[in-house]
Amino acid sequence: MSKYTLNVNGQSRTVDVASDTPLMWVLRDNLDLVGTKFGCGVGKCGACTVHLNGVPTRSCMTSVSTVGRKAVVTIEGLSADGSHPLQQAWCELDVAQCGYCQPGQIMTAAALLKENPKPTDQDIDDAMDGNLCRCATYLRIRAGIKLAAGLTTAGHGGGK
Amino acid sequence: MNTPSLSRPVDRRDFLKFSAFAGGGLVLGYYLKSAGSASAAEVVKPAAGAEFKPNAFIRIAPNGVVTLVSKQPEIGQGVKTSLPMIIAEELEVNWKDVVVVQGDLDAAYGGQSAGGSRSTPNNYNEFHKLGATARTMLVEAAAQTWGVPAGECSAAGSAVHHAATKRTLKFGELVAKASTLPVPAAADVKLKDPKDFKLLGTRIGGVDNPKVVTGQPLFGMDTKLPGMLYAVYEKCPVFGGKVVSANVDAIKALPGVKDAFIIEGTANLGGLMPGVAIVADSTWAAFSARKQLKVTWDEGKAANDSWDAFTAKALELSKQPGASTVHQDGDVTTALAGAAKTVEAAYSYPFISHASIEPQNCTAWFKDGGFELWAPSQNPGGGQSAIVSQFGVPKEKVIVHLTRSGGGFGRRLSNDYILEVAAIAQKVSAPVKLTWSREDDLRHDQYRAGGFHFLKGGIDAAGKIVGWKNHFIAFGSVQAGRGGAAPALRAGTGGNLDAEQFPSKFLPNFLNEISVIECNIPMGPWRAPNNNVFSFVMQCFIDELAHAGGRDPLELRLELLAQKMSGNYDAARMTAVVKLVAAKAGWNPKKFPRGQGQGISFHFSHSGYIAQVAEVTVSKQGELKVDRFVCVCDVGQQIVNLSGAENQVQGSIIDGIGTAMFQELNLERGRMVQGNFNDYPMIRMPDAPGKVEVHFLSSNNPTTGLGEPAIPPVAPALCNAIFAACGKRVRQFPISRTDLRWS
Repeated sequence: MSKYTLNVNGQSRTVDVASDTPLMWVLRDNLDLVGTKFGCGVGKCGACTVHLNGVPTRSCMTSVSTVGRKAVVTIEGLSADGSHPLQQAWCELDVAQCGYCQPGQIMTAAALLKENPKPTDQDIDDAMDGNLCRCATYLRIRAGIKLAAGLTTAGHGGGK
Repeated sequence: MNTPSLSRPVDRRDFLKFSAFAGGGLVLGYYLKSAGSASAAEVVKPAAGAEFKPNAFIRIAPNGVVTLVSKQPEIGQGVKTSLPMIIAEELEVNWKDVVVVQGDLDAAYGGQSAGGSRSTPNNYNEFHKLGATARTMLVEAAAQTWGVPAGECSAAGSAVHHAATKRTLKFGELVAKASTLPVPAAADVKLKDPKDFKLLGTRIGGVDNPKVVTGQPLFGMDTKLPGMLYAVYEKCPVFGGKVVSANVDAIKALPGVKDAFIIEGTANLGGLMPGVAIVADSTWAAFSARKQLKVTWDEGKAANDSWDAFTAKALELSKQPGASTVHQDGDVTTALAGAAKTVEAAYSYPFISHASIEPQNCTAWFKDGGFELWAPSQNPGGGQSAIVSQFGVPKEKVIVHLTRSGGGFGRRLSNDYILEVAAIAQKVSAPVKLTWSREDDLRHDQYRAGGFHFLKGGIDAAGKIVGWKNHFIAFGSVQAGRGGAAPALRAGTGGNLDAEQFPSKFLPNFLNEISVIECNIPMGPWRAPNNNVFSFVMQCFIDELAHAGGRDPLELRLELLAQKMSGNYDAARMTAVVKLVAAKAGWNPKKFPRGQGQGISFHFSHSGYIAQVAEVTVSKQGELKVDRFVCVCDVGQQIVNLSGAENQVQGSIIDGIGTAMFQELNLERGRMVQGNFNDYPMIRMPDAPGKVEVHFLSSNNPTTGLGEPAIPPVAPALCNAIFAACGKRVRQFPISRTDLRWS
């Protein structure tokens, strides 16, 4: 066991864990930030996506010992109050079915929009390829990203 | 969510206080506002003071907040939003005044299993009555307050109005008076005329959306209790195998490990299978210790089974008559002998997994001679019964809290993981959460069964189908039949052909027969069980016969639907959806250039009549791109939540495409080969079609569910479009096994 002081959602958090513990389990079990989801453990589903210094990262494949002072942002820290344009678009369009993968989808999409505020359909498909949605809400995820980017206005295709 | 908030520590006393409400479902003191905002700060609190509780599902607080209990498991099918909408419609409450809470398992709520797309039809009428009863009482309370006849008063907008005197009392103001009134008999309350519905049929966002998008605890996996331990459970990779020995003493010495032990288990493939449990102080400590686990297994009778051997067996069986007849009309042998043309084809599909994105998990606490569970389950009553019979505890000592599930698709109708955590919890003196790895999930599923079909069809000179024969080779085991029939070799759950599968009972000379291969693979219902594969076979073979006879695939289908002989299949409803989908899609397969194609299919299952048209592009190199899907659904009179309904159908279509294109599990040496999403590919965004158009055709029939019936027509519409595009007939799943290159 070793102590690690992490910068999570702007706060300094110290944990005492095995050095090979994936950041995902530190967030979930030690810091009670359960919005970061366990889906596959091998970086193939994207449900565990967080930002490390702004870069979308699979936290299930990131050992806590490699995080250092990098800024970790989880879905809980994406906005203080659920007001990120993607969070609002997801509610406006009623994107989720089961909802389990959606924090990871939103974190990947947030990184995309920061890099590329007006993505094309191809840009969106390329960026989101690593995030599985077993309920297959892909059409509304696409629409949610476009709505958050201001490329469309809300309307048909979601819930109010 | 019924577990305490995880964002702050919860002490044991608080926790017990929460738990004490297990029967009623109202556990947390506040809930996020249900719709329209993701703001975590915005909460609606029922005010202190006595609530009006006309039944187990409705509570109205003096401040006007209406709490509605959702009793059904929420697995992504949207019932936590749609069923309360039905109550709200009749209650005449503004949706913004409603908070929805998840009910625990409680006999007061009636049945609580979410399967067979039955949550809506089983509760639709009853939920109307629940809302109407409360509304009737509120109107009576206002009438008595004003001293006017109730018939002069009406409810609307969370209030009761007396039009003649322009007086209004809000629901909250009527709580005290309404609570003193007798509850009228359900037969005495008047339901709304559907033409007056304001809420049903509109688009309402999921009540948990704000929590979903801000990552708050909702799912079984998110459960955390004070002092909770974390468990993993290793089972034999060969189904039915038993533990001979394991290095549990070495495991117990590993960092963070609290205990490790062998569980003897049973031979029930859907029950408590034998295995080795590791309990630790964190999930990762348990996962890490498992890597050091060494188990000697008695792999049992299935250790040499393989898909390849089963395939050879199926080919051998296909040369013999079927072991039993599923349905027969007329004399198919004579009809085929006299046909102008015959077509023979063999279809097959592999075992596949549900692969719910949230791996199986459950939290249990064994104390005071009973169990308390926090379960992501589609079938919590089944879980409770299974625990009662496995551990011999009384039913009232098994408390089940329902969490949201990260997908179900039928997987969580089986309660194997609940039995496992209960067995583990019995041996540790703390709450314990069992977490399956993805590999556990793919290698220990209750699988969608594979199968083989050997078909022969005949057409006359006009291309009309004159004979149809299908020898279905199923997978199964020796089991008792329905109604206590003696044990015999029977097809497994989710892979059993019945006498109603179209075109059964539409052809005068018809034979469906079945032979069963015995295996030891766990099988269970997978989204639209049976139908999800039989539709592929039947609707594609109909297409083969259409092309063989030079007939338009739509026209031949309509001809078939017009010649119903017997059974409950509503051919008129299906004809209507088929005609509408053709119109909406602009059915005209001849307009497409080579390399592009249009395919059509229809299927009835789960009380839904669904037709679909697919449009695809197949490159000369054989790359498949799905361009467009058009779908028409007749699921009865009323769409409950338009947003949720459309989401279910769009998701079903993309799920159906992905399943057909990519999914297969291979069995070697008695074990499933694939273990994670690197070798078990799921559909991703780039393979989702750009356009999926969903139309609902209302009919004067009972309102029914949409979690499943849109799945079965997807694969045949897709495969028929592929044939139209490039002349390659897909007769095997996954589609990736068929060479689609053309020149």
